[in-house]
Amino acid sequence: MLKVEQISGGYHQTPIVRDISFLVNKGEFLGILGPNGCGKSTLIKMISGILKPTSGKVLIDGIPIEKLNPRQLAKKMTVLPQMQSNTFSTTVRETVEIGRYPHQSGFFSSWSEEDEEAVIKAMELTDVLKYQDTNLEFLSGGERQRVFIAQALAQSSELLLLDEPTNYLDIAHQKQILDMIRKEVTEHGLTVVSVFHDINLASLYCDHLLLMEAGSVKAYGEPHEVIIEQQIMDVYEARISTQAHPEQPKPQMAILPDFEEQRKEKSVSLSNIQKGEDYIAFIAEFPLKVLSSAVHNAGLGWYATFINRTVPQEYDIENVKTEFLQYIIEKGFSPTNTVGMMTAVDTKKAVMKEYLAPFGSLIVIVTAGIGGAIDVSHAYERTAYQTIGTINTWVIINGKLSEEAFVQGMMTATEAKSKALQTEKVMDKLSNTIATGTPTDSLLVAATQQGEFMQYAGPLTEVGKMIGKGVYEATVEAIQIYKREMER
Amino acid sequence: MKKKLLLAYSSSIFLLLISFWFGVSIGSVDIPLSSLWNEEINPRAFSILWNIRMPRVILAGFVGASLAIAGAAFQGLLRNPLADPYTIGVSSGASVGAISTIFFGISIPFIGSYTIAIFGMLGAFITLITVLIFARLIDRSLKMETLILTGVIFSSFLASCISLLTALSHEELKPIVGWLLGSVAMRGWSYVNILFPFLLIGSFILWLNRRELNVMMYGDDRATALGVNVKRSKYAILIGGSVLTGAAVSVSGTIGFVGLVVPHMTRMVWGTDHRHLLPLSFMNGASLLIICDLISRTIVAPEELPIGVITAFIGAPVFAYIFYKQRRK
Repeated sequence: MLKVEQISGGYHQTPIVRDISFLVNKGEFLGILGPNGCGKSTLIKMISGILKPTSGKVLIDGIPIEKLNPRQLAKKMTVLPQMQSNTFSTTVRETVEIGRYPHQSGFFSSWSEEDEEAVIKAMELTDVLKYQDTNLEFLSGGERQRVFIAQALAQSSELLLLDEPTNYLDIAHQKQILDMIRKEVTEHGLTVVSVFHDINLASLYCDHLLLMEAGSVKAYGEPHEVIIEQQIMDVYEARISTQAHPEQPKPQMAILPDFEEQRKEKSVSLSNIQKGEDYIAFIAEFPLKVLSSAVHNAGLGWYATFINRTVPQEYDIENVKTEFLQYIIEKGFSPTNTVGMMTAVDTKKAVMKEYLAPFGSLIVIVTAGIGGAIDVSHAYERTAYQTIGTINTWVIINGKLSEEAFVQGMMTATEAKSKALQTEKVMDKLSNTIATGTPTDSLLVAATQQGEFMQYAGPLTEVGKMIGKGVYEATVEAIQIYKREMER
Repeated sequence: MKKKLLLAYSSSIFLLLISFWFGVSIGSVDIPLSSLWNEEINPRAFSILWNIRMPRVILAGFVGASLAIAGAAFQGLLRNPLADPYTIGVSSGASVGAISTIFFGISIPFIGSYTIAIFGMLGAFITLITVLIFARLIDRSLKMETLILTGVIFSSFLASCISLLTALSHEELKPIVGWLLGSVAMRGWSYVNILFPFLLIGSFILWLNRRELNVMMYGDDRATALGVNVKRSKYAILIGGSVLTGAAVSVSGTIGFVGLVVPHMTRMVWGTDHRHLLPLSFMNGASLLIICDLISRTIVAPEELPIGVITAFIGAPVFAYIFYKQRRK
């Protein structure tokens, strides 16, 4: 559809764009990325024929664009520039109708049914039909942007060149416009080339990305081939981190700010523990990075408060989410800043230990109920699900962990727990083998993310050693307490 | 939409007819319309009507129409609400040409009374060519900023030439000042005949570019992308508008306000679409100038006021009223 062959050019004598080539097939969405002033808009201007390249060629359906007259070109390609304004007030409808200009000809231009349909459809797709008789000046920036997108759509060409189409739009309308464009691409074979500021949006919606740096192509490919942490950092000269999108196989990035918050030498210790009537809480003055399998706020996140709550044996597990939320609010904790677990064991009997280590220190807190202990290798023999009897383990580290260290920390803690069950000869009653845990064990690994950086947390690392020792000792002690309680 | 257009055209035509009727029939001698075709009833009225009143009213209408449609086109082209037919300096060129003939007492044999108009057009034409060449030298794409600034440069230079001629004049002062203030009095059919072809050609050129004007409001880049041959349209509009302005100024002097305000009023009431803005401005400009001329010759009769004084005198309050009404909506 669109073929760009080694084009270079710019304003005056200095080339802004250097030797760029790419191919966009029909029904494809290409995103152009790059820092300010790297030549994105200049490239779009050269592709659209507004600016003549000093060398190279732009072909549409195999025809060099200079061979087409302006009207023919406008029927094949629509260009929506970055800034749009109009000195005189026109209505939304009049503005969208302008898009039909290339289709009008003759001495007296007649407005055909096709023109009318295209205009109405464009206004519907961009959700501006309801404003059609309103003057543009009475619309917000975002609404106006949608009107100009409608104008571009009314042009009904197969190739759409956009320069930051979602400028001024709130996220709902960003999504609406890009969903709509994506749909036209997928379902009706529209071909789109668009400049993006927002790397995440470009990654989500485009089939291919072209990353520019100082007028040249730095990277080209599918989003995962372009949105690479180091590459983006180099090109934009900004610290970022990439991560997975929750729903789509498209990488997303997060900006890493460069301000060092005034939290020097803040650390946590056992003095952060608070015990309530039916809970034990760890309350830090600042959020810690947490990976957990809790009831409330499980997964990866930043939280300052962890609570472990005693619930009665007959606790109704059906409404656990809403009930637990209610409980957190009642106790005066912040629901968005708290990780919550629960157990049938009395949390006043929790084992709390603190270990000094070369990197800082480590706190382990364990409550153990082993009534339902099972051997994981025989779990497949069981049919009934049971929820009572839980080992809840917290590992809180004064130190800075990488993401893999978090995962390794969880593995190390789990292995230490199993070892403790073995030492205490806790049995799986059905298979009559040594148990490895209970079906509802929860684990939380938290780190202050200050101080020494630890890439790994396997059993032989400094932090791994402490996790192994701490979790093992605390779990053994907790099991012994549980056994004593049972004997009474 | 259709209804609004119908109303726009019918009311503008009605206004024009009413103005024309008043313009022709009211004056130092009231003339009943019945003497229009019948010389026998009142030979004197018939003569005044056909030899004095009629050409005057028609000339006023032509001048008003020329300035208004040129103003509408220039405002659209330059995307500037302050633009008027005088913006790019062509009118100053016409004035210099016309005043020179008074100052130097030039009168070319055989064309006699046409001399001022011919020299005015010559001045306008030379200025237009110079402005275009100069603007093109600065940037080939004729950006609107370039055009406006070039116009400012040339206008101010030519304005100082006018001031110079005025300052150096003695007994020619009154005719020069009179000409500068603008008038459509005592011109007769010959001036109507001069202006007519230019009015026709200029308006036609602008009308041919009505859709391009609509598109170019969104900027040159967007217009190019929409398939407009921007450069060609710019030249056409500049030449069309300048032909109208140069011719109008040459026959009547610099009459202000019409070219600036009639397009604005028309736009506020009937919208920005140049397909209709151009013809509607054309008609309303004609009506306004006919009415202003009528007032200028009747209000302090038997004396006459310069028409340029009246246009702003009436135009400004009307403009203020429409502006106020529009914004209060």
